[in-house]
Amino acid sequence: MKMEETTSMDILLKGIWKENPVFVQVLGMCPVLAVTNSVINSIVMGIATTFVLVMSSFFVSLFRKLIPRQVRIASYIMIIATFVTVAEYIIQAVSLEVHKSLGAFISLIVVNCIILGRAEAFASKHPVKEAVMDALGMGAGFTFAVLSLGVVRELLGNGTLAGIPIFGPGFEPWSIMILPGGAFFVLGAWLLFFNWLRERAKKQQERVVV
Amino acid sequence: MHMHGAGHHHPSAGEGGDDVSSFRMILTMGTIGLLAGLLIVVTYRLTLPIIEQNKAEFLQRAIFDVLPNASQKQAFVVEKDGTLRPERGKEKRVFKIYAGYDDRGKLVGVAIEAKGQGFQDVIHIIYGYDPEREVIVGMKVLESKETPGLGSKIETDPEFIANFKALVVKLTPDLSDLVHPLEMVKKGQKTADWQIEAITGATISSRAITNILLKSSREILPIIQRNLDVLKQGASQ
Repeated sequence: MKMEETTSMDILLKGIWKENPVFVQVLGMCPVLAVTNSVINSIVMGIATTFVLVMSSFFVSLFRKLIPRQVRIASYIMIIATFVTVAEYIIQAVSLEVHKSLGAFISLIVVNCIILGRAEAFASKHPVKEAVMDALGMGAGFTFAVLSLGVVRELLGNGTLAGIPIFGPGFEPWSIMILPGGAFFVLGAWLLFFNWLRERAKKQQERVVV
Repeated sequence: MHMHGAGHHHPSAGEGGDDVSSFRMILTMGTIGLLAGLLIVVTYRLTLPIIEQNKAEFLQRAIFDVLPNASQKQAFVVEKDGTLRPERGKEKRVFKIYAGYDDRGKLVGVAIEAKGQGFQDVIHIIYGYDPEREVIVGMKVLESKETPGLGSKIETDPEFIANFKALVVKLTPDLSDLVHPLEMVKKGQKTADWQIEAITGATISSRAITNILLKSSREILPIIQRNLDVLKQGASQ
């Protein structure tokens, strides 16, 4: 029993760090680059993607023995698209302003390859509990990644965090950071940083073994 | 039609899948489609009233934002022949303006919606007009997709918004045009009350707002001035 608990915890955690969908697998770049110009947008995008990921993984796993192989991708897309539509209505009901600022990117969660990727690579081959844990982990990893970008971009590009001014009035915003170009700079810097951390951890481990 | 006489087994068996009939595939897709449709319809029905209420509240707040002295409002429909009449019930697909009144029912201003092309997409604004003083007293962006952090400052930049606290839109005596058409100037170069100071780095979005206001005020302000009596009666009707 102990064994099983650790594995499902491992499934959850691997999405956040070891197999982070953005920083390790480099998937779902479209929303990562496009909507991370503010902290609020990043958080909403992260939550919405996690919601779609968890719901679709749950149903893909639940129906995995009923869906014939030949039509599985079409079925997954249908399930994913349904939950994206549901998420879009919910966001609109919760806050019109957030819905407006995310614009088309909510509907575009459908084509986020992290979601179809997890459905095909994991949920369709694992029981419901594991599939949901995996989806939660990947969702958290994605949210962590978009938030990492959103914090840096909003802080440098607008001088604010979640709309609250951080620097004094003398701060000259670094506008490129909230434009598409800035997304590439910040993503590159984070990738560099996380890879460096990983390399260092690996070297330390090797030293311990030796 | 089914691979008979081919001499060997069905090819899909090689992929590890069993021989699935087309009927089962269609049934699976159909069932998922049906469930998906149901779920979407249920969510739509549940969220629709909240979404519509959000939109109505947003417009309501915007109307009182651009008419600082108003405490009540009345919608008027602009007819094609240029006359105004109070809105009956909730009318859709008509052009409406909103007259604002103070506590004693005195007309203090009119809120007007306007649209025009921005940098990315159509910008949708609402502005308040004081027919007595012939000035614009407030402007608020209802919807825009301008570049976040640059063009989007038309919504947030306090200095830009201050342009619309007392912007002169005086009509000529025959109500055919503005005496001084609105114009955009660079930041810090404003010399007259009918000029709008642009946001540095967001010139296109600032010009878009100027053009939307100019076009709308040329069209709507003469109608308002001609129908002032209708508007003044509004609250008592």
